[in-house]
Amino acid sequence: MTAGTRSLPPGRYRFRHVARMEWVKLASLRSTWATLGITIAAAAGIAALAAAGTKTTPSQDLTNSMMTGMFAGVLLAGVLGVLAVTSEYTSGTIRATLAAAPRRPLVLAAKAAVFGIVTLITGQAAAFLAFFAGRTALGHGIAAPALGQPGVLRTIVLSGASLALIGLLGLGLGAIIRHTAAAVTVLAGIVYAGELFIGQLDRTIDAYLPAYIVGDTLGGRTCGPGAVGCPLPAWAAMSVLAAYAAAALLIGGCILAWRDA
Amino acid sequence: MRPVIQVRQLTKRYGATAAVDQLSFDVRPGMVTGFLGPNGSGKSTTMRLILGLDRADAGHARIGGRPYRDLRWPLREVGALLEARAFHPGRPARAHLAALAAGNAIPRARVQEVLALTGLEQVAGKRAGTFSLGMAQRLGIAAALLGDPGVLLLDEPVNGLDPEGIRWIRDLLRSLAAEGRAVLVSSHLISETALMADHLVVIGRGRLLADTTAAELAARASTLEEAFLQLTGASTEYRAARS
Repeated sequence: MTAGTRSLPPGRYRFRHVARMEWVKLASLRSTWATLGITIAAAAGIAALAAAGTKTTPSQDLTNSMMTGMFAGVLLAGVLGVLAVTSEYTSGTIRATLAAAPRRPLVLAAKAAVFGIVTLITGQAAAFLAFFAGRTALGHGIAAPALGQPGVLRTIVLSGASLALIGLLGLGLGAIIRHTAAAVTVLAGIVYAGELFIGQLDRTIDAYLPAYIVGDTLGGRTCGPGAVGCPLPAWAAMSVLAAYAAAALLIGGCILAWRDA
Repeated sequence: MRPVIQVRQLTKRYGATAAVDQLSFDVRPGMVTGFLGPNGSGKSTTMRLILGLDRADAGHARIGGRPYRDLRWPLREVGALLEARAFHPGRPARAHLAALAAGNAIPRARVQEVLALTGLEQVAGKRAGTFSLGMAQRLGIAAALLGDPGVLLLDEPVNGLDPEGIRWIRDLLRSLAAEGRAVLVSSHLISETALMADHLVVIGRGRLLADTTAAELAARASTLEEAFLQLTGASTEYRAARS
């Protein structure tokens, strides 16, 4: 076969091809599975510890206590998201990736779709496992929350989803910043430092910060429809979190498309 | 033969310095084109510009008449080796190739073929970070050959290889050209390049210095090396004087 007569298959590479490439890349790293495994184990383990430490039926939201461990998992997912992009720059894989798929926004979209689905499944597994581990570890005589009670199922599902959204925020930050240490620092700053400094000053602003959204609004039962004393309803808070991730991905996509690789 | 790569007035500036300066040349099928120049003369930048990895400030590069970004199945049309170790150290060699294959709908069986072709079958399951430089270069070549492309771009493929590895690459590139493919291979070593290249494109400070054959270049001085050094000497001196 010579170059002149070389025949190409019809069509062209599309989203599904790039998505498959991103899936093979993500799945072929041991660190991916280790991180996701630790995320699930941490969520369930911390939930069990928190539940075992509950002495009497408190006025506190037990479902919220059981979601405590999701907070650790959320940062792990965020770091994994950062690494999904920055490790390509560190190793030079990005140039192989973009040589295979030069339409760059398509590459980031495929990366985000694959990573989003993987972390969504992981997040749901972690949240449900945390809930059931917490229920099992509760002492005798303490009324355990049930899935059928108002807000409980919503709390678990949204806590699980928040893991994917912070993961995507990390992915977007990775595309914007390109350097692992700097991107992880910014991620931790947004998720934790923002809460520590700004969050303590103003309760209204606090409600819009990722840490409060993940830890309190989404992780608690009290922010359902018609809730009183809740600064931001759960679904609205979820949208704010999604907006953070979307903004980071959008900016990251523009920078990826514009800058030299 | 119609050129498959056309570089026209290609220019890339970093601040005030032009890394590639109004560069024009062609790469034709059925032959190995050696891309020569001293270190820092803009060879790698030119290759990145051809692949659309860097954005040109002026001019353009076309592959089969189109910019790289518009290729329908890029890896089936152009294979590139840009740098050794352009892969995640934690990913097995086979998975690295399988990912790229999936990206351009290249049949999975082709991964095994290029692993065999580059002699990496035995280590395909090992994490690529454990590879020696020679094995890493072979993996890069395997990735370039994955789509059975009609055009190959290789940036310093013999760098750091032992004599056996160098000969292996030389024979491979010659046979790929003999099959009708266009092969562009960069190097800063004239003698090594003259052994495999039918045509030479020589640049210095990002500008075209010669677009010729090894025989024609050698005829300009007592030896090929002398001719090359005379040709590139002005640009290296100029660069040293400026810095």
